[in-house]
Amino acid sequence: MKHILSVTVSNQPAVLARISGLFSRRNFNILSLNVGETEKPEFSRMTIVVEGDDRTLEQVKKQLYKLIDVIKVTELNQSNMVERDMALIKVNCNKNMRTQLIQVVNVFRGKIVDLSPETVTIEVTGDESKINALIELLKDFGIKEVVRTGIVALDRELSSSSTTKVKN
Amino acid sequence: MAKLSGARILIESLLREDVDIIFGYPGGKVIPLYDELYDAPIKHVLVRHEQAAVHAADGYSRSTGKVGVCIATSGPGATNLVTGLANAYMDSVPVIAFTGQAPTHLIGTDSFQEIDIRGITLPITKHNYMVSNIKDLAKVIKEAFYIARTGRPGPVLIDLPVDIIKSQYDYNYPDKVSLPGYQPTYEGNYMQIKTAAEFINNARRPLIFAGGGVLSSNASNELVTLAKKGRIPVTNSLMGLGSFPLTDEFSLGMVGMHGTKYANFAISECDLLIAIGVRFDDRVTGRVDKFAPKATIIHIDIDPAEINKNIKVDIPIVGDAKNILNKLIPFIKTEERTEWLNTIQEWKKEFPLSYNHGESNIKPQFILEKLNEIVKKNSIIVTDVGQHQMWAAQYLNFLKPRSFISSGGLGTMGFGLPASIGAQLGNPDLPVICISGDGGFQMNIQELATISNNNLPIKIIIFNNGTLGMVRQWQELFFNERYSHTLIHNPDFVKIAQAYDIKAIKINQKKDVEKAIKEALNFPGPMLLDFAIPQDENVFPMVPEGASLEEMLDYKNVLKETEI
Repeated sequence: MKHILSVTVSNQPAVLARISGLFSRRNFNILSLNVGETEKPEFSRMTIVVEGDDRTLEQVKKQLYKLIDVIKVTELNQSNMVERDMALIKVNCNKNMRTQLIQVVNVFRGKIVDLSPETVTIEVTGDESKINALIELLKDFGIKEVVRTGIVALDRELSSSSTTKVKN
Repeated sequence: MAKLSGARILIESLLREDVDIIFGYPGGKVIPLYDELYDAPIKHVLVRHEQAAVHAADGYSRSTGKVGVCIATSGPGATNLVTGLANAYMDSVPVIAFTGQAPTHLIGTDSFQEIDIRGITLPITKHNYMVSNIKDLAKVIKEAFYIARTGRPGPVLIDLPVDIIKSQYDYNYPDKVSLPGYQPTYEGNYMQIKTAAEFINNARRPLIFAGGGVLSSNASNELVTLAKKGRIPVTNSLMGLGSFPLTDEFSLGMVGMHGTKYANFAISECDLLIAIGVRFDDRVTGRVDKFAPKATIIHIDIDPAEINKNIKVDIPIVGDAKNILNKLIPFIKTEERTEWLNTIQEWKKEFPLSYNHGESNIKPQFILEKLNEIVKKNSIIVTDVGQHQMWAAQYLNFLKPRSFISSGGLGTMGFGLPASIGAQLGNPDLPVICISGDGGFQMNIQELATISNNNLPIKIIIFNNGTLGMVRQWQELFFNERYSHTLIHNPDFVKIAQAYDIKAIKINQKKDVEKAIKEALNFPGPMLLDFAIPQDENVFPMVPEGASLEEMLDYKNVLKETEI
C-alpha cells in the first residue's frame, strides 16, 4: 500500500543523506522523495511516497522521528489532500504533427515550453494518474525523455465532508 | 571577551560537561588539540589503537553512568572508531567521539588522511556533526552531550576540521540547547500505567523481563521494589544483568538463546510479560511467533520506535523506566501467586544450569563458580564476546547495577580488554576482572601496553581453548563437525604479558584454579591468568537459531527438550 508522508526537517547539512540512508538500511521502499524550502528558511519539507503495510509505516514514522533533524512527520490522508506531480516530456514531433500534439496537450492543460524542428517539450502538472495518462498518449509520438518531480502534497485545510471537493 | 582557539574552546566545553578523562590517540589533524591537552586539567589516556579508545570510553560510560569521551585523528584514526561507535550505538551507550578532519578548504578533494567520517557514521551514531564554522563549536558540543545522555542514550560524533580548531573565537558556552526535533518522552502515560497495574494485579503468572534500559535509567531499586511488592519473578536480557540481584529468590537469570531453562520456560508459560527497557532482540525471542504465546505484553521503553518493532505488544508505555516504575508501584497489590512461584522453583530444581564436571581438566564453569566464591566484595566483570561471555552471563552472580560490562547487540570481539581499561579508570577502587577468550583477547592485545603503562590493576582471565569456540560449537552442532578455520594456534600469552611487564601465570590443573584467582586478586597490579580449558566444551542450554525458546539443547544428550 502506498502512503504519502509530509516531513518537516531542519535545513542542516547531510539531512537528505540521513533520511535516504535510514530508508535503505531499514529496508523501507521509497517510491519518490521530494524536498524543498518552506515558508521558514530554517526548515525544509519533504514529500515522501513509501510503500508498505501499516506496521512498516508505523516503523518508518517512528524511525524518522528518531532523527534529530526531523521536526514533524505527517501522513497525508489521500482522500483529503492536494497532490501535484510535474513532468517535462520531450517528444518526437515534426511540423506536420504539431497541431495534433497541441490538441492532446491542451486536453491535459499542459504547456509547450520548448520547440525544435524535430521535438516538442511539454510541461504538465497534476496528480500522478493524470500525468501517467498523458505520457501514455504521447507514446504514439515517440517519447525521447521524461523527467518528473515526484509528488508534492499538502493537507487540505477543510475536510472533504465539510466542503465541496475542489477539482484538480 | 578574550578570544580562544577552537582547541581551547573544546577543552573549556569539556570541563563544563564535567569530563575528567579522555581516551585517545594523536595524529596530524588533532595536533592543535593535543597541544591544548598537554597542560589541561583533564586526564588523557593514550591507547594503542583508536578502536580501544572508543571501547574504553564505552566501558567507562557503562560502568560509571557518565558520558565517555574519545579522540582520534582524521582518516584512519576516524575509521578505526567505527566498530566501537557501532558497538556503543547497538547497546545505547553515551559516548562522544571527536575526530580530526582536513581543513575546510580541502574537504572534498581527497586530501591526505581525509575521509567522510560523518557520512560513514550516519547509521551508527545517534547523531553526528561536522563543525564548519568556529562560532558553532561550543553549541555543537553542548548539543552533543545533551543528545548522547538524554532519551535513549547513544554515541555522538563531532568532526573537527583542523582550521576550525586553530582559529580564534569568543568562548561562550550555551546554557540551553534548542532542538525542536528532539523531545524525548520521560513521563509515561498515566492511563497506560493504570491499565498496566490492573493487568499486573490480575495476572496469575506474571513475569518481569528487564533489560539494559533499567540500568540506563538507574531504575534497579524500583525494579526490585516492583518484583518484591508484586511477588513477580524477574528474568534479564544479557544487557540487563546486574539490574536485579541474581541470587534473589525471584531471579531467573538470563533469558534467550543461552538463557536458563527456567527463564525460557517462564517466558513460554507466563500470562503477563512486563518488559522493561528491552528491545526483543532475536537472541532473546527465538522464533517470534512462539515467543510468550500465552502472555499479554506490557512494554516500557523510552524509545517509541522499539514499541511493536519486533514483537506486537498490548500495553505500550513510552517513557523513562524509573519514572514509570515509580508511578506504577503504588498501584501494585501484593499477591501470593503461590502456584506460579512454586512452578518456577520446581523448574529451578529440575533444570538447573549444569555441566559435565569432568576429572582433572579445568571446566570454564568451574572457574566462574570459584570466582563467585572468592570475589566477595563489589567488583566489575568485563567480558569479550563468545563462549566465555555466555558462561560468565550464566554462572556469575551479578548483584549490582553496572557490574557486568559486555558487548551485546554488536557482539564485538576485541571489546573486553579496552573496555576494562575504561571500567578500571572510572572505578579505581573496585576490582575489575576482564574475562576473555583466546580469540577476542588477540583482537586488541596491544592494549596490554596501556594497562601496563598506567599500572591499572585489571585481572585478565583468559579461557584458552585454542579455538574460536562459539563458531566451533555451531560447527559441531549444525555443520557436521567441519571445523573450518576455527582451530587457532596461539602464542604464549604468559610470555606476551611478561614482555609488557605484566605478571602472568598459566594454569593447567583444576587444583590450581582457586590459588591462582586468589593470588591475582591480592596482587596490587595487573595480572593475567591463562587458563587451559577443554576445546570441546560447549555453552548449554542452547536454543538453536530460529527455534522457539522451549526447544533447548542440553549438554547431556544434545537432544531436543520440549516437554516441561
